Amino acid sequence: MNLISARKLIFEYVRRDKNGDVDGFSRAIDEVDLEISRGDFVAILGPNGSGKSTLAKHLNSLLFPTEGTVFVDGWDTTDAEKIWDIRKSVGMVFQNPENQMIGTIVEEDVAFGPENMGIEPENIKERVKESLTMVEMYDHRKTSPSKLSGGQKQRVAIAGVLAMHPKCIVLDEPTAMLDPVGREEVIRAIRGLNDVENITIILITHNMEEAVFADKIYVMNEGHIVMSGTPKEVFSRVDELRENRLNVPEVTLLAHELAKAGLNIPPGILTRKELCNCLCRS
Amino acid sequence: MIREITLGQYYPADSVLHRLDPRVKLFGTLLYVISLFLFQSFTGYIVATVFLASLIAISHVPVKFMFRGLKAIFILLIFTAVLNMFLTPGRELVSFWKITITIEGLRFAAFMILRLTYLITGSSIMTLTTTPSNLTDGLEKSMRWMNILKVPVHEIAMMMSIALTFIPVLLEETDRIIKAQQARGADFESGNLIHRIRALVPILVPLFVSAFRRANDLALAMESRCYRGGEGRTKMRPLRYERRDIIAYLVLALYIACIITVGILF
Repeated sequence: MNLISARKLIFEYVRRDKNGDVDGFSRAIDEVDLEISRGDFVAILGPNGSGKSTLAKHLNSLLFPTEGTVFVDGWDTTDAEKIWDIRKSVGMVFQNPENQMIGTIVEEDVAFGPENMGIEPENIKERVKESLTMVEMYDHRKTSPSKLSGGQKQRVAIAGVLAMHPKCIVLDEPTAMLDPVGREEVIRAIRGLNDVENITIILITHNMEEAVFADKIYVMNEGHIVMSGTPKEVFSRVDELRENRLNVPEVTLLAHELAKAGLNIPPGILTRKELCNCLCRS
Repeated sequence: MIREITLGQYYPADSVLHRLDPRVKLFGTLLYVISLFLFQSFTGYIVATVFLASLIAISHVPVKFMFRGLKAIFILLIFTAVLNMFLTPGRELVSFWKITITIEGLRFAAFMILRLTYLITGSSIMTLTTTPSNLTDGLEKSMRWMNILKVPVHEIAMMMSIALTFIPVLLEETDRIIKAQQARGADFESGNLIHRIRALVPILVPLFVSAFRRANDLALAMESRCYRGGEGRTKMRPLRYERRDIIAYLVLALYIACIITVGILF
């Protein structure tokens, strides 16, 4: 069985007018089917308001489907008895690193999750050390989060989730508020977790360059999944992505334009190296 | 300018005071503050001074940090002193127009200043040597008995520690809002008091809106990290009394005994 599977997932929220009366319903997610297996690195792309963050919140019982079901490791997310097991299995990292820091020093913040799970003190210390080492933040364990850079804060947030020993981590636009250096740090940390620790990663983003590393990409727009496939497959459909208010990575775009101009370049070029090789051969 | 405000300012160092259990420090500070009002004599001040000075000495915190907290209450200090000086009846020292300064008044004013200074410095030692989270931990554990009275001790402690975490974040935010408003021509520095207070509204409104948004984000983050209140929660570093804490309690008892003796004898 897949780690996460969503079947015909629909989420509606109530629209209200100025007086607070019900005005109608808006569908943030419309009949979404999603299958994510263990160890995958999945990227969910989509423009603002496409419902990708709402989808993410369904994966660890922060929101419940209006219709349809979401299963995490075989548990229905609406099952009240399993809610803590589900949240333990699916960790969440949010966009704003400042708004998810609970502790006054890094170490305490990482310990917050395991403390809530009622784990023995000695074990918590081990977990904190282990997860801070994984994101290369162990040297900063006694620092106050307010003194860290954005990228470092976000890595601490990832460590905080890791300390709960999740099966899967959902990252909701973790790099949207970071500078290029911080962005690179976070993406490197995420890829490391996926490659080395084999943790399932669901990365929600609208940065195309980050999605290149994924095993599978889902593209969302207006609550639907409009495209899916490997990065190569998805990024070779440049025009279709444009229609969904998304861009392709610069290199892919360049390759696309060159191919249009008559050069012999296959579609779906993702990295600079690939493009160089192609150009040298032709 | 706004960054200079320090609240719950912790000074990282490695001293006996830093390592003490926060409960000892909380209880000690409380007793110390009470003790300052248990004597009237000069000798009492000598005992209190010696105690305070030795605490400062073993805390490894630079003295200037100790007195930083006094700046905030400087006006209050002067005000109390002046009032005491003029309004205490007794033997006349100087008198002009309708105002008389008495010897008792002068004495009382001096003592009042000393008392308030000691009070603030004493509590500064506690906040300087204890991390905010340690402090809330200590509060939570020593107030646990209030659970019987249906006081939500854990929730209050959690709120306190979140408030402390968010002070720097919100200060930065305020700074940013002020600059944004100034960039659009808002004037916070001229005009009379009412004018200035009204100028604060465009700062406070966005600040509150953003605080609510942050609170919402934080609640989500806490929930997704399995937070479900104090029940069944463990601690990475549970508070446990060590030998040094017992010794600290003994020292404290000795000090209180001294103060009471002095208070009765002199």
